This record gives sequence, C-alpha cells and structure tokens, in this order.
Amino acid sequence: MKAVVTVTGKDRVGIIAMASCECAKYGANIVDISQTVLGEYFAMIMLVDLDELSVDFKSFADGMERAGGECGVDIRVMHEDIFNSMHRI
Amino acid sequence: MINTRDILETIRMIREENLDIRTVTMGISLFDCISDDPKRLEERIYGKITLSAKNLVAVCEALERTYGIPIVNKRISVTPMSLVGAGLDRDGFVRLAAVLERAADTLGVNFIGGFSALVQKGMTRGSAALIDAIPEALTVTERVCSSVNVATTKAGINMDAVRRMGEIIKETAYLTRERDSIGCAKLVVFANIPEDNPFMAGALHGVGEPDCVINVGVSGPGVVAAAVKEAGDCDFSTLADTVKKIAFKITRVGQLIAAEAAKRLGVPYGIVDLSLAPTPAAGDSVAEILENMGLSTCGMHGTTAALALLNDAVKKGGVMASSHVGGLSGAFIPVSEDRGMISAVERGILSIEKLEAMTAVCSVGLDMLAVAGDTPASTISGIIADEISIGVVNTKTTAVRIIPVWGKTVGEEAEFGGLLGHAPIMPIRNESCEAFISRGGRIPAPIHSLKN
Repeated sequence: MKAVVTVTGKDRVGIIAMASCECAKYGANIVDISQTVLGEYFAMIMLVDLDELSVDFKSFADGMERAGGECGVDIRVMHEDIFNSMHRI
Repeated sequence: MINTRDILETIRMIREENLDIRTVTMGISLFDCISDDPKRLEERIYGKITLSAKNLVAVCEALERTYGIPIVNKRISVTPMSLVGAGLDRDGFVRLAAVLERAADTLGVNFIGGFSALVQKGMTRGSAALIDAIPEALTVTERVCSSVNVATTKAGINMDAVRRMGEIIKETAYLTRERDSIGCAKLVVFANIPEDNPFMAGALHGVGEPDCVINVGVSGPGVVAAAVKEAGDCDFSTLADTVKKIAFKITRVGQLIAAEAAKRLGVPYGIVDLSLAPTPAAGDSVAEILENMGLSTCGMHGTTAALALLNDAVKKGGVMASSHVGGLSGAFIPVSEDRGMISAVERGILSIEKLEAMTAVCSVGLDMLAVAGDTPASTISGIIADEISIGVVNTKTTAVRIIPVWGKTVGEEAEFGGLLGHAPIMPIRNESCEAFISRGGRIPAPIHSLKN
C-alpha cells in the first residue's frame, strides 16, 4: 500500500532531510515528492510505498507525526485511497 | 501522483470544515436469540451482540488512523425488540433494555438502537408492552435508543398509537426531569421507518436484513457550506452543481470506509446513508448552508426552497458515489444539534410551522424540538399526527423527536450536552386537539398507496 505524507509549517533548513530520514528509518520508500515554499510557508507532499515497512502503519504514522512536532512542522500520514476515492472515478 | 490541489482540498475538508464519518453502525439480527425463557433470551441477546461487534470499535479506530478521517460514532442497531421479545411483559422489556445497555457498555459503542416497535396497522401485545416500557427503559439506560413506527403509506396512520406516543413522551419527560427530560431525545416516532438507517435515535435492523451488516452515515454540512460560499453569486443551476460535486466527494469517502470496515469485520456492507448531519460545533451547520445560499437567517421565506435544492443535489451527487444508498439520505434539521437553527429559533425567525414545511422536502422530520413541559399529551400527539401525515401522503420517511422539557417554558432553554446540544423552548399553539386525537382508530392509507 501507499500513503500520502503531508508536511506543512514555517520554512527552515533540513525539513526534507528530517522527513526523508524518518521514512528511511521505518522502511518507507519515497516514490514521489512535490514541494513548494510560499513566502515563509513550507508545504511538501510525499507519496511513500509502505510494502517494506518495518513497523505497523500506526507506529509509522505516530512516529512521523512526532518527528514533525519536534521539528516544528505538521506532518500527516494518510492512506492514498482516501484521495483516490474522493478525486478519481 | 494525485494532484497536490486535490490532496490539500481533502485535508482542508477534514481539518477545517469538519468532514467526518458520522457513524459506522453494525446491524445485528437477533431473531436467532428468541426463547420462551426470558433469562435465556437475555443471555443470548447479550452474547450475540457482544460477539458480533467485538471488533467494531477497534476496527473503526484503525480506519480513522489509516485514512486520517474521524469516525465520530460507532453504533449498533438490532432487530426491533418488540419482535424478539414478543412474549414479554412491560418489566421484561425494561430488563431487555438494560441488557442492550450492558452490551453497549462492554463494546464501548456510543449508542444501540432497536428498542423499537412497528405498529403502523395495529399493536400486538408485545408491541404494547414494549411501548409501555419505553419511559422507564430510557430512564435506566444511557445509550439505548427507541423508535416506534406508527404509520406507513401502505397502512395509513395508527392513531391509537399516535395518541399513546403523546402520553409516552410526556411520561419519559417526567421520569428524566432532572436532566431536562433527556429521555425524549432518545425516542423517535416514525412514518415509513427505514430498515437500514445507521443514524440514531431511529436506527433498527429490519426484518429483511442479513444476519449482520455494516451501514455508514457520512456527514459534512461544513464542507457543503464552504463550497456554497465559495461558489459566490451564481445562478441556481450552478449552485446545484456545486452541491452535487461536493456531495459526490463526501460520499466517496463514506463508501471507502463502509467497504473497508465491512471487509475488516468480515460482514457484508449494507448501505451508505447520504444525510447531511449537523452538530452543535461551529461550521457544522445545515442552517449555515441555507444562509450561504442567500437567506439572512434560516427560517426566512425561501428556506423551504433552499432546503429542497440542497436535499435533491446531495442525493444526486451522492448516489453515483456509492454502490448502495439507503437509510434516511437527506439533510437533517435537528434544532438543538445545529448552531444556526438554534440561533434562528432564538431570534424568533424559525417557527414550528416552518420546520414542518421544511420536513416535506428533506429527509427526516421535527427533530430535537424542545417545547414547554406543560404541553398536553394530546397536543404532542397532534404535532406527531401532522408530521406523520406529511410522510404518509408524500411516500417518504418523517419522524418526530420532541422534548416537552419538564418544568420549563417558552423563554427558557434545555441543555442536553454533547452532540445533542441545547435548545430554546419553542412556542406552540395553545388551543386543544384533544377531541380529534381521542377519536381512536386508523386514518386510512392514501389513494396513491394502491399502486398494484
């Protein structure tokens, strides 16, 4: 399965490094990234493959969100199907 | 990869516009629990419910985490108790209600519905005993919900049942007087009750349903209100299209959760209910949608038309998004649960007559309406009879959930707490319909019920 990881918050050095390190830590493979900075506002969306995840989904999502909090950004992890369901027929 | 704008739109709907799954309701048939020994009946009911739904809450919580969308309520509906416990007396039914409460408590679900009777054409001894038990049953339990179907388009209106329900509602109000008569908030009187409704207080598991089933109620008045606001000053066709598109998206989420919950629980998926269900929270109001359409206050002239447009567009958008649609499917207008409705009543703009007219074009009925505690039982029955007639003649579901708040009168307010909210006591007509209600018997089915 794949999940969408959204990272938003005030821009600073090292957000992408932190998020990708965390993904690697749990065995989540990043398959696509889109990232932008609007003024001081940082927004990144990553599509990650969780087939090789070393922990269960909940632990991964909790870990990512906690790491985001420590770095001062908001991270959310959601199964890609909620977006597919809503926006694709 | 999915378009960034779409991802952000979904996240905004959930985080800022209160998009949620209002309820995942497991319907459980209790026919195989029937026994002539009351004790055995109680044990079987408790055993079957707690076994069938043992993973319901855990699965819903896992789904919330995986998909990042709140599932506000986890509920259970069961076969109407008047059928399962047909041989019981009043006290036996009160004990059954306590068994349902204990099962709900064990499972950690929010509500359990099905303390119900279907009496549209007449009352069996069991149904009469269950109805007699309702006031006490709703007093000694917290999570048990009760409903009584007093009419269908096919059968007409059982006016004896309508009269009796006026008395039952008054008695329930008295027994729960210490808490603003909250027992009445768990009791609904129906016409054309659906057999697969996941919403409380009217949920039951109908006789034609499978052994166990998952029904899902979506919500999202805030999302629709935001979309209508963003559509701005457009014409009605564009407005209807806007609502349809957003209803499609909301329902797709419901469909996803319903299918996934059914799969993980190993039971069939039943229906998605397309209702827009408000809560007392800011930005979660059906009244706000109507006001965003251009009404200064919900209840102003034009409100019925606005609601008709909304209700129709929600169904048209939702129906393609789900493989099976059912339940109530429409916009709810529960006064105490909708911040905009409460405000409109407080300002004297939204009256009981306007609410009644609104129910002719939307899904449910006079819902969570607080009236003075000294309202006679016959007047309550008159209100029920009027509302039920709308359902019977228009071949649709209507219902009444009315709370004659003991010891309170117009100008005061009832506080129910949580999702049930608070309600100003609404003024009603102070003349008498006693002679009309006490006639007894049945109002015949309308001519257009003869379709064969």
